[in-house]
Amino acid sequence: MRTFALPSPIQTLFRTLILALLAFAIFGPLLNLLLWAFAERWYFPNKLPIEYGLTYWYRVFQPRGNALASLGTSVWIAVLTVVFSLAVAVPAGYALARLKLPWRGAILLAFLLPQAVPNLPVYVNIAQVFYQIGLNGTILGVVLVHASHGLVLAVWIASAAFASVDASLEEASRNLGASPWTCFRTVTLPLAIPGLIASAIFVFLESLDEFTGTYFVGVPDVTTLPLLMFNATMGGNYQISSITALLLLIPSIGFMLVVERFLKADVLAMVGR
Amino acid sequence: MTSAKAISVSPPILRGRGAALLLIAPALAVVGLFFVAPLAMSGIVAFRAAHGGFTLEHFAKAFDFYSTDLLFTLAIVLLSTILIGMVAIAIAGYLTLGGHPRTVAALRWLYRWPLFIPFVVAGQLMRTFLAKNGMLNHVLIGTGLIEPLSAQSLLDWRGIVVAFVWKQAPFVTLLLAGAMASVESQHIEAARNLGASRRRVLIDIVLPQVRGTLLVGLVLSFVTMLSVLSVPLMINPNSPTMATVDVAYRISTFGDYGVANALCLLSLALAAIGAVFYLRHAVARAEGA
Repeated sequence: MRTFALPSPIQTLFRTLILALLAFAIFGPLLNLLLWAFAERWYFPNKLPIEYGLTYWYRVFQPRGNALASLGTSVWIAVLTVVFSLAVAVPAGYALARLKLPWRGAILLAFLLPQAVPNLPVYVNIAQVFYQIGLNGTILGVVLVHASHGLVLAVWIASAAFASVDASLEEASRNLGASPWTCFRTVTLPLAIPGLIASAIFVFLESLDEFTGTYFVGVPDVTTLPLLMFNATMGGNYQISSITALLLLIPSIGFMLVVERFLKADVLAMVGR
Repeated sequence: MTSAKAISVSPPILRGRGAALLLIAPALAVVGLFFVAPLAMSGIVAFRAAHGGFTLEHFAKAFDFYSTDLLFTLAIVLLSTILIGMVAIAIAGYLTLGGHPRTVAALRWLYRWPLFIPFVVAGQLMRTFLAKNGMLNHVLIGTGLIEPLSAQSLLDWRGIVVAFVWKQAPFVTLLLAGAMASVESQHIEAARNLGASRRRVLIDIVLPQVRGTLLVGLVLSFVTMLSVLSVPLMINPNSPTMATVDVAYRISTFGDYGVANALCLLSLALAAIGAVFYLRHAVARAEGA
């Protein structure tokens, strides 16, 4: 059993110090970004912005500004990627979880590959091929690249979601005379829905945040939010890039906070092993 | 033992192997067309001379120009992987064994913030945070830890490592904490009762049981970091830098796909050992499930 000695003040101090350091390491960069997003003027050697304001926010959100257009492009691409990925991933996930598959090992390998291999060579060569067939710089081209990666995540999560549905429930419904399709529609699918929603969110975020693939395939016409942010940073415009980064942070952090509600531990445990 | 009927699993909608293949075919086709084929193409383009035929010229050039960068890449990614492992073990270990419930709760809430933040944003965050005039230096000066004159920009290899660890450590910690939570608590309590310290329990009892998960998390991080382009571009674009920057440069400046693909293959080789380990582990797991 643990002893119930009073915590020594030194121990408490040490613990608090470590937590504070970690909090600074995690929130320091985020706080710095927040300051930049609202800084009107800030230059060396001032520790804090000299003037705060919303000038740059107006500039970012002006009706015909680049940022709103990029946000629209990003969301549109992400939605198309989710639709496309799930349309092919849900049947595949079901087959992996429930059906007898020939060449199972090889098929699993194909769906693991994109996680285990550096993606840069893939993007480089896809860009070259897409350039020749006129898909470079098109929304479709970017969606295909995002989907080929998001799809893999979606297959794994969907497969885990279907696997975690209790097979005896399906059997019961079949024994009571439900057709296979009715059984899938009224028993399997509803029980797997939280996992499928989670996979949709995962794919959406992946697409929204994707940089390297879009960098190669999207040029010159498709500018997503991450690319806009990158260009602003490289151009030295820290306010614009910080505001754009903030826009990208909101869904990421929001998802981090709710992820466990969608992905139950038993599904989460089967993903990414 | 179960009866034969129970073994026949659930009644699938479609029967037979053909149906299963039909369901999985579209997903396989997408991965094959837009992932496997371009990957294979890399192996061809890297060895193809300008007028067709086989050549090693691209590799010679890649070594000539970029051997420093390749070593630099390996060093940065290895160092980051080691640091990520240490941070993840420390945090996940405290989450599992920590004796102070409120600290455990605070830590659990705290560590996962960067989990889904994209690399490109992490790069931007560190670019401002670690700059000579960034918040880190201001805080260090403000607390008297360093002299104002000795403040320096960390936007070199150190910045890349910090960005990588900041972004990837929560991911490995999440995996590891999940695995540690499923370690038999009786083992832990038995050891504690016999007088083992928390550190001993972590190293001798818990870690050996979650080694597989830790390695998978680290391998995935290693491979991911190898092909990150945005972070090195934003933090340290000048030589020596990571090979990904060189690949982008070869293409955007010279349209030189030969050398770019040779560099890609070399970084694939760096990843190969880790990737083979991961794939074997994951396929074995998935087939056994």
